[in-house]
Amino acid sequence: MPTDPLIGILKMPMGNLRSAYNAVYQNGFDSQFVDKDSNLDDLTHLIVPGVGNFRAVMAHLEEDGGADRVRAFATSGRPVLGVCAGMQLLAERGTEGGDTPGLGLVHGAIERLPEDPGHILPHVGWSPVRFRFNHPVLEGVKPGRDFYFVHSYALRGAREDEFLGETTYGVPFASIVARDNVIGFQFHPEKSQGNGLKLIENFCLWDGRC
Amino acid sequence: MLKKRIIPVQLLLDGRLVKTKRFRDFRDVGDPVKSSAVYNSQNADEIIFLNIAREHRSIDMLRVVIEKVSEVSFMPMAMGGGISSADDAAELIRTGADKIVVNSAAYRDKELITATAARFGAQAVVVSIDARWDPAFNRYLLFSDCGRLQETPTLEQHVRDVIAAGAGEIMIQSIDRDGTMEGYDVELVRRVKAVSTIPVIACGGSGNYEHLREVFAETDVSAVACGSLFNFSDSNPIRAKAFLTNHGLSFKVV
Repeated sequence: MPTDPLIGILKMPMGNLRSAYNAVYQNGFDSQFVDKDSNLDDLTHLIVPGVGNFRAVMAHLEEDGGADRVRAFATSGRPVLGVCAGMQLLAERGTEGGDTPGLGLVHGAIERLPEDPGHILPHVGWSPVRFRFNHPVLEGVKPGRDFYFVHSYALRGAREDEFLGETTYGVPFASIVARDNVIGFQFHPEKSQGNGLKLIENFCLWDGRC
Repeated sequence: MLKKRIIPVQLLLDGRLVKTKRFRDFRDVGDPVKSSAVYNSQNADEIIFLNIAREHRSIDMLRVVIEKVSEVSFMPMAMGGGISSADDAAELIRTGADKIVVNSAAYRDKELITATAARFGAQAVVVSIDARWDPAFNRYLLFSDCGRLQETPTLEQHVRDVIAAGAGEIMIQSIDRDGTMEGYDVELVRRVKAVSTIPVIACGGSGNYEHLREVFAETDVSAVACGSLFNFSDSNPIRAKAFLTNHGLSFKVV
C-alpha cells in the first residue's frame, strides 16, 4: 500500500493560502502549510500557491532557503504543483519587477502578455484550456473547458514536450506546463469549481510519473 | 467574444441572508454558507456578498462569512459593505475574497480604490453605484450609505472618476427596481455603459430570464447580478444560461 497523501502548501509572504487548503480538503486529503522550519520528509506532494510579484517572491524564497527546498523536493521525484504565480516561479526566469532567475524546474520565461484595446491586462475571467497531449493530472477533465484566470504575465517559449495546456488571450500562452513530476497551472483550479477541483484531486493522487 | 457572467448577489444582515425591496423591507431568505454551496454546484460565475447592516459598519461579519463560504464554494467571490480603508480591503482579500466592492468610500476616499488596485490589481476593485431616477428633473441621482445619503456628482462624472482612480469593474444598481422583479433599469445601465471603459455589472430588478436577455441585448453589459430571481423562484444559474445560450449569448463551458 502506498502511504496516504500528505500535501504540503508552501507559505508565501502574502496572499490567500486558504483557498488552496480548502480545495485539497474538499477532495478528502490532508495538507499542512510549510515554511522554512518545516520538515518536508513526510510530505508526498507540494503545492506552490499563487501570490504577488515574481521578483519579490523569488527574493523571499532565495533568502529563507525556500527555493532550494522546493528544488530538492522536486529532485526527490515527488509531485510539485505551481498555481498561478506559483506556476510562474517554476520557470527559468521572470521579467516582472526586473529580470530574475526562477526555480528552473521547467523551460521558458515569464513575460508580460502584449496588451491591446481588445485584450486589456490583467487577463481576468473564464477562458478555455486546450490540452495538447495526455497527462495523468488531466484524467477525467474534458478538453476545452473554462478555468478562472487572473494574470498579466505568462509562460512564453515553453518547450514543446512541456507545453501541456494552451490558452489564447491575444496571443497563445502555456496555461499548463508539465515536466516529469512537476506541473503548473496558470489559472486558479481552486476557483474553477468542479473541473478545477478534479485537477487538484488528480494531482493529490498522482505518483509523479507520466 | 468575451463570455457573459451571471452573478448571484447575496445581501447580509447580522450573518443571515436577506432580500430587500427598494432597499427596505428586509426578508430573511436563509443561510449564506448553504446558499453559496448551492450556487457553486449550479456553476454561477461569481458571487457578490454585500453587508447591508446600517449600524456598526465594519468588515467583521464579512470576514466570518468569507472564511466559511471559502470552504464550500470554489469560484471568484466579491465582498463589500462597510469597507472603510485600504487595510479593510486587504484584510478581506487575505481572508479569501477575490474582489472587494466599495460604494460610499468611492465618493470620499478615491485613494482606497487606487491603493487596492495597485496592490492587488484593478480586477480586485468593484465600485458599486446606487442610483434612483428623479422624474422632476429627468436625471439619475446617486446615493451612498445604503441608499440614505444623496451624492452630488452626476452618474457620468462618478463613473469617469472611479475609473480614473483605478476601479476594475462597475456594478450599477437601480434602487427603484431593487427587489421588484420587474426587470432591470435598462436606460440606467445604458448610460453607464456609454461612458465606461471597464466591465459593467447590471443589478436590481431581475425577475425572470427574459429580463436578463433584455439587458444583455439592449446594453451589451458584461454581467448580470441577480438577487430575488434566485432567492424567490426555482430559477437558477444553470437554467438561466440554457435560456440565454439559445439567444446567442456565450457563457463559460463546464
